[in-house]
Amino acid sequence: MITLGNDVILASDILNVVLLVLMLITALSLIFLRNLFAIIMMSGIFSLTAAVLYVVWDSVDVSFTEASVGAGISTVLMLATLALTAPEEKRIRQRHWASLAVVTVTGALLGYATIDMPRYGDPEAPVNKHVAPRYIYESGKEVGPPNMVTSTLAAYRGYDTLGETTVIFTAAAGVITIIGAARRRRRTSADVSKVREV
Amino acid sequence: MEFPGHFNYWIVIVMMMAGFYVVISQGNLVKKVVGLNIFQVSVFVFYISMGKVDGGTAPIIHPDWTTYTNPVPSVLILTAIVVGVATTALALALVVRIRRAFGTIEDDEIEAQEEAQS
Repeated sequence: MITLGNDVILASDILNVVLLVLMLITALSLIFLRNLFAIIMMSGIFSLTAAVLYVVWDSVDVSFTEASVGAGISTVLMLATLALTAPEEKRIRQRHWASLAVVTVTGALLGYATIDMPRYGDPEAPVNKHVAPRYIYESGKEVGPPNMVTSTLAAYRGYDTLGETTVIFTAAAGVITIIGAARRRRRTSADVSKVREV
Repeated sequence: MEFPGHFNYWIVIVMMMAGFYVVISQGNLVKKVVGLNIFQVSVFVFYISMGKVDGGTAPIIHPDWTTYTNPVPSVLILTAIVVGVATTALALALVVRIRRAFGTIEDDEIEAQEEAQS
């Protein structure tokens, strides 16, 4: 614990800042990289750093989901795509002043919106009022498991989870249709040419 | 305790805008998907950062603790992470399909081929 004037700075706050800056550097480096393998690895590093940050912010469930699903499966999927496509971006394109302007304006507006927000860690913030106290203090009695995230996910917000499974099913069906259909067509055309040869 | 105050939100906004810039300005489709991913993870970081409570611990009931971090953002983001991977998978499948149809994953070359065809 360090004191700076009237402020008390906790070790977790320092960790918070360091990890966020690390994430920022990773995100910005993506703009300048051209090798797609490096880009995908950077994206994996970005996710893993985020997973560590979630532990600093006491959200352990999100942390291991991010580490396994976000950093793991996403990276593997992207590498698989890379194996089927080109390894490198063709060339550095000229600076896009229009998109840079759009991004700056959007960022400035969002930054302006944060002025009204409660500070980090404020127990009185609106997000920590409303339903959150009920989930925290009643879920042990009402649902059972000691982990509040589990009880909220499975009981209070069960429909969200049902919707999530629907989305996963739809995405899986979509992937199979998109990739599978092309393969089937290729096989059919091969069959046709075989028939012609005969 | 004023530090870090709004610092987290500002960094998140810059990261989000970096992802956004990659999506709208870069021509490579895989790079666009990575940019979208960066944007997504920045939003997750923003949500989880909002749920943190001073002096709280992980939201698991324990007799020694009375202050817990808010479980609601965690639940929302758990759902969002999985949905995010599902959409990434779909986007990458489309990239693979585009590569098969056009032989390239650069958007200006795809555009040029489409113009040549019509």
